[in-house]
Amino acid sequence: MAEKVLMKGNEAIGEAAIQAGCQCFFGYPITPQTEVAAYMSRRMPKVGRVYLQAESEVAAINMVYGAAGTGVRVMTSSSSPGISLKAEGISYIAGAELPCVIINIVRGGPGLGGIQPAQSDYFQATKGGGHGDYKLVVFAPASVQEMVDLVQDAFDVADKYRTPVMVMGDGMLGQMMEPVEFKERPKKELPEKTWAANGLRGREKHNIINSLFLKPEELEDHNNKLQAKYKEIENNEVRYELYNCDEEMDLVIVAYGTLARICKNAIKMLKKEGINVGLIRPITLWPFPTEAFEKVMDKTKNGFISVEMSCGQMVEDVALSVNGRKPVHFYGRSGGMVPTPAEVANRIKGIVGGAK
Amino acid sequence: MANQEIIFAGFGGQGILSMGKFLAYAGLEEDLNVSWFPSYGPEMRGGTSNCSVIISDEPIGSPLVVDATTVVVMNRPSLDKFESHVVKGGLLIIDSDLVNREPERDDIEVIKIPAQTVAEEVGSKKIANMVLLGALVEKTKIVSMESLLNALKHHGKEQFFELNKKALERGAEFAR
Amino acid sequence: MAVVFERPKALLDVPTHYCPGCTHGVIHRLVAEVIDELGILDKTIGVAPVGCSVLAYDYFTCDMYEAAHGRAPAVATGIKRSVPDSVVFTYQGDGDLAAIGTAEIIHAAARGEKITTIFVNNAIYGMTGGQMAPTTLPGQVTETSPYGRDVNTAGHPIRVSEMISTLDGAVYVERVSVDSVPNIIKAKKAIKKAFEIQLKGLGFSFVEVLSICPTNWGLSPNESIKWLRDNMIPYYPLGVKKDATTGEVK
Repeated sequence: MAEKVLMKGNEAIGEAAIQAGCQCFFGYPITPQTEVAAYMSRRMPKVGRVYLQAESEVAAINMVYGAAGTGVRVMTSSSSPGISLKAEGISYIAGAELPCVIINIVRGGPGLGGIQPAQSDYFQATKGGGHGDYKLVVFAPASVQEMVDLVQDAFDVADKYRTPVMVMGDGMLGQMMEPVEFKERPKKELPEKTWAANGLRGREKHNIINSLFLKPEELEDHNNKLQAKYKEIENNEVRYELYNCDEEMDLVIVAYGTLARICKNAIKMLKKEGINVGLIRPITLWPFPTEAFEKVMDKTKNGFISVEMSCGQMVEDVALSVNGRKPVHFYGRSGGMVPTPAEVANRIKGIVGGAK
Repeated sequence: MANQEIIFAGFGGQGILSMGKFLAYAGLEEDLNVSWFPSYGPEMRGGTSNCSVIISDEPIGSPLVVDATTVVVMNRPSLDKFESHVVKGGLLIIDSDLVNREPERDDIEVIKIPAQTVAEEVGSKKIANMVLLGALVEKTKIVSMESLLNALKHHGKEQFFELNKKALERGAEFAR
Repeated sequence: MAVVFERPKALLDVPTHYCPGCTHGVIHRLVAEVIDELGILDKTIGVAPVGCSVLAYDYFTCDMYEAAHGRAPAVATGIKRSVPDSVVFTYQGDGDLAAIGTAEIIHAAARGEKITTIFVNNAIYGMTGGQMAPTTLPGQVTETSPYGRDVNTAGHPIRVSEMISTLDGAVYVERVSVDSVPNIIKAKKAIKKAFEIQLKGLGFSFVEVLSICPTNWGLSPNESIKWLRDNMIPYYPLGVKKDATTGEVK
């Protein structure tokens, strides 16, 4: 067993990527993710790999496009305003079906916003962000250890489906230190990258990395192919955690990332007052764990509450999953304000009607 | 159940973040759940600095400490900001060389240590943070002094080990 | 019978979409001949831009990329850094390179990326139908400068080669033209040298090619050639702007 070490989330991301065989990293400084780039700039040259600080987030994501097209494992990282700049490139990467890993250590927005933890990029991550009919697989870790595990999984999922994968944390997760273990991972069976454009090298026909289809029929075929792939991902890659969902519940919280941990504290507080609350923690934000709701639908008295560090984004997916069968509530803070467990508990008491 | 939620606060450069880190490493030495979370952003540039450390035998929820079982302050603004965050019956440790007012709370335990003076006697003002940390560990017993020394040995600079050790021991005396 | 002229191996046997009289075809051929002559087809990777040459990936037989508008040098950087023994070129127009992609080309050059950029300057946006480009000349009429480019409001044209030549990472910078046979021969020599510099791993190499756009200039091919000579060459002087291999800087 590997030894446990204490690491900052941002640095753990870097090490996890290196251990997953990430060959190139293209970055640009922005708080609160800069330690990812700093870590990579220290480590990548030492292991004979590529670290490059681009002139902009725009350039960085296009370097990712270039490197991913040659078939190597590649990653970039940024925070919210930088991800907006990368959105163009991400759309091209999705369109050209290139695997890569994108880290977003989310800060409050809109605009330049702030630098404190937020979850207000949920829409951007799960509903597009860039133009066109594409999807990002979005992982939302809730601990530094999970950050490590999911970054490594992200490379596998990206390669398996030829698709960009985002790992979305927040400033809290990026900045905090927790014990982590870099486990030995079994080698995954992954498809060979016969599509890679890394020079003919004896190959007869040239490979083209491209997202341009000028004929509508061809573009529709391409879109249908992408959609079929997304369907497969929906079938295979949904991940979530159910916490305290075995018994009858007064309410079920839906929360992800660091906020899910805060909600667990709130659940413990409420339990002492005789209020039983469960938690659905989506680990994949897309594909959204709709199936988790079926498992608790009949057990929740007052329905669901989406608790977010945003003004209400995931709550739309919660409502879609519940589909009118139970009430859906919302509690959110924004701008970098992190709710306390007591705050969440109070809001829940307001819904379920205090202690019984 | 062992559970300590600690806020360390002071000026940048006083070793606020590193005293938190050493305590977190000591928790890791004992295979406890630990988290360390710093203030970040413009605060990093010279002004005040603080970090949250949680050590628990249960899984840790939020790494941001709001209701602290212990607060350690190394300047006046930190006392002003964090005195109210100590839970009832909790512990407040003050560097009395740098904080020129008395705490207002009477429902908590207060340990005042002239940490700068003590540190200078030991060898350097720079290790005042270790004096305070020594008192914290002695009082709360959240980790053993042995684990803390192991953490220092594994993660601190070797040439400062003996000095740090002395500072921790001097600090511990204030908590006995 | 001896073969005296044939299609370069680096070009596919397909009709192109370029307008009659356009010189993109000539420039494609020059690049392809150089790839053939240097024997590097097997390890060459090209990056097409957004603009008239957006479909260049369908014409070259080497591995090809299609990049987002202006981003070809960043894409090429990603390719070259991940496959260092490859030969990577970008093929970009004036809108792509000198407007939206200014940051990418400047920084790729400044980093001394071991790539080659072929910059086709025809002083107009071709693919979108003839709008003002960063290299459109003062007074030149385009769809979006209908009264002629007024430098007081639309600013001045950019002499990209001169700008790139000031950067330490740029090893070789030359401006050529394809308006005549002698100039075409010179253009090919420049392109070959640019690729050779990349093969030697010396740094960034850049060839600006003055090109015509009869369709959007509203002139016949012959008139276009004359317009290029009378208007573009005086503003964009031909020649080597920098050659660090000989220490030449102009």
